[in-house]
Amino acid sequence: MRRVVITGMGIYSCIGKNLNEVKESLYAGRSGIGIEAIRTEFGYRSPLTGILDRPVLKGVLDRRLRTGMAEEGEFAYMATVEALANAKIDNTFLENNEIGIIYGNDSSAKAVIEAHEIIKEKRDTTLLGSGAIFQSMNSTVTMNLSTIFKLRGINFTVSAACASGSHSIGLGYMYIRNGLQDMVICGGAQEINAYSMGSFDGLSAFSVRIDEPTKASRPFDAHRDGLVPSGGAATLILEEYEHAVQRGADIIAEVVGYGFSSNGTHISQPSNEGCLKAMQRALDDAGMKPSEIDYINAHATSTPIGDTNEAIALDALFSKTRPLISSTKSMTGHECWMAGASEVVYSTLMMLNSFVAPNINFETPDEYSARLNIATHTENKEINAYLSNSFGFGGTNSALIIKKVI
Amino acid sequence: MTRQEIIDTTNEFLIDEIEVEKESIAEDSRLKDDLGIDSLDFVDIAVIVERKFGFKIKAEEMMSVQTLGEFYNYIDSKINR
Repeated sequence: MRRVVITGMGIYSCIGKNLNEVKESLYAGRSGIGIEAIRTEFGYRSPLTGILDRPVLKGVLDRRLRTGMAEEGEFAYMATVEALANAKIDNTFLENNEIGIIYGNDSSAKAVIEAHEIIKEKRDTTLLGSGAIFQSMNSTVTMNLSTIFKLRGINFTVSAACASGSHSIGLGYMYIRNGLQDMVICGGAQEINAYSMGSFDGLSAFSVRIDEPTKASRPFDAHRDGLVPSGGAATLILEEYEHAVQRGADIIAEVVGYGFSSNGTHISQPSNEGCLKAMQRALDDAGMKPSEIDYINAHATSTPIGDTNEAIALDALFSKTRPLISSTKSMTGHECWMAGASEVVYSTLMMLNSFVAPNINFETPDEYSARLNIATHTENKEINAYLSNSFGFGGTNSALIIKKVI
Repeated sequence: MTRQEIIDTTNEFLIDEIEVEKESIAEDSRLKDDLGIDSLDFVDIAVIVERKFGFKIKAEEMMSVQTLGEFYNYIDSKINR
């Protein structure tokens, strides 16, 4: 079986706009959460959000290449530029090699809403401009990045709610392992604007700890009251091992396990059985035992019921070995469609730099989280293999196992 | 609006918003071949013309417009008739 390695990473998030900034934020336990006042004007229950500026791409990218890009596409562009540079892939390489793209994204609400507002006002679709259609589709990220980077391999978007980014890596891994591609750009992107989260806020799923924004996201803590939405993009370059060796690429880590499941139950309620099945399948795929996992980046979003179900599943599988666990969403908020990819970037940065980032704001365990070995502070520790969980609406679950290449 | 005002307004948005090279702007410049304006750019130009000049470009009327000078004349004919 062909081996699949990571040879490049890039990140654009509320805790840093490149790998180095993000590594420092993770080590320092720095939160990227703040308040966006317009959400209150829009009637949101909670104005809390990850805070992230849009990159300025005028003068960087040709107008035609910018016009079809929504906010999440711009985030993904920034992350992908860094990842390609990290993987030592330049324009000449892009022109001479077949590279695919499988990227997670599950909305482009701002573009859709703005187009609708113009239609309502003008009653004329020809006044929407040429970019509206390309910005509005869920596949906006892959259609834009494949054009910008001249990609000629597999090309599609994974829409799997908050597991989109994780499944994108799982699928890229399968394409390479099965000999269909040598190199695939994987990742996840998430818009962060005030249009995009109103319907989610309407479920009363968001934290209203407005007086203390940086303490609002508190996965596994007994006093958690909901998640904090966030966004940005994360990109990983997945490559077949021998291909990477032959071109002299730096091999960052190896993807060794991908597990998935569908709960088949409620559209929004999680299932510990579904989580457990995905994790067990990832371990089976990797041919590894729970004792070989040194760190778990939990999905835990800071909702009461979601964290409880994941805690039950984690305890069922890891009660004997008790690896360190943290949810980086305590710092980043819930990066939704992006999270499964960004959390692989975060965890890989920890593995490369031998530390476990803290689950900040974990102050009081509840009945279920008390059974887990949750990192309350940054811990300097060698990580040889980690597990990263991602779960989404509709009961879609994904688990990835990443190892050091020794 | 005088023809010179139409020219100035048009050139300004072509340079600032459509990002046409300033040096390529001339009355006899061909929209597609010299200015590099493609079919999607024309969609955006229609939006800008509606905002700047208050009328809607009709695709069938644009069929005979090949050069920038003809485009100025087309706008002139629509707003000063």
